[in-house]
Amino acid sequence: MIIASLFFYLFAAITVAAAFMVISARNPVHSVLFLILAFFNSAGLFVLLGAEFVAMILVIVYVGAVAVLFLFVVMMLDIDFSELREGMLQYLPIGVTIGAILLIELFMVFGSWVIAPETAGFAASPTPPIDRITNTEAIGQLLYTKYVYLFQAAGMVLLIAMIGAIVLTLRHKEGVKRQVVADQVARTPAGVQLKDVKPGQGL
Amino acid sequence: MEVGLSHYLTVAAILFTIGIFGIFLNRKNVIIILMSIELMLLAVNINLVAFSSYLGDLTGQIFAILVLTVAAGEAAIGLAIVVVYFRNRGSIAVEDINMMKG
Repeated sequence: MIIASLFFYLFAAITVAAAFMVISARNPVHSVLFLILAFFNSAGLFVLLGAEFVAMILVIVYVGAVAVLFLFVVMMLDIDFSELREGMLQYLPIGVTIGAILLIELFMVFGSWVIAPETAGFAASPTPPIDRITNTEAIGQLLYTKYVYLFQAAGMVLLIAMIGAIVLTLRHKEGVKRQVVADQVARTPAGVQLKDVKPGQGL
Repeated sequence: MEVGLSHYLTVAAILFTIGIFGIFLNRKNVIIILMSIELMLLAVNINLVAFSSYLGDLTGQIFAILVLTVAAGEAAIGLAIVVVYFRNRGSIAVEDINMMKG
């Protein structure tokens, strides 16, 4: 049990430190890499909580897709990031003020808040015992039955995001030769001229 | 010291606050703002999974997966808008974006 506590503090400390580096790193590429570190360590926290499936999904989706997308955009756009950092200190006081207020409020909520003892009986879908069924299987049995409409809605969200990203970024350049299938099919043997080309000479 | 629910909630609260702080600190850089939003969504996910684990209710993990889906879509669309905006104006400074109106 002491090992689990030790790992909790390790993962939590690295997650928070990496998150802080995300917002304060000078170079946005470093920000993205620290974001990846934060995601990895929060996946570790999820494993400690017994949610292996969500942990692995977090690594696959965030590190494999979202963070790489961020990295791609940061490297693709030619931006002077030092110019964007001007006036950063100007916003520091209000940021610190609002952050501190929010943090104090959250801790006041946590400090005075307890779970009602009868809450456990209200579970919408109680976790099956881990020795009978694994976490992934339990999530699958729940996601494809009780929450199948939400699952479909999530699929629609992803589809619309995909279509939206393509529509936004697709552009047709002028002067690019493209394949026109209709023209290819409409060609007749009469319009074709055969030429005997000698090797190494060209036409 | 035994790790309980409040420990996880504390980590999530700190992460969420860092996300808010990041939005204020990097007000000119859209990419860092998007990353701060990702951090805030991660904090929400930690809350959902922690409650799911400590209350023995799998619904929280289902919700976390759905939040993950929305976060992925949001990042994709947001970055696509940033790319289109950069093509048009050659910069991603937030204070110029109000020129898009109309």
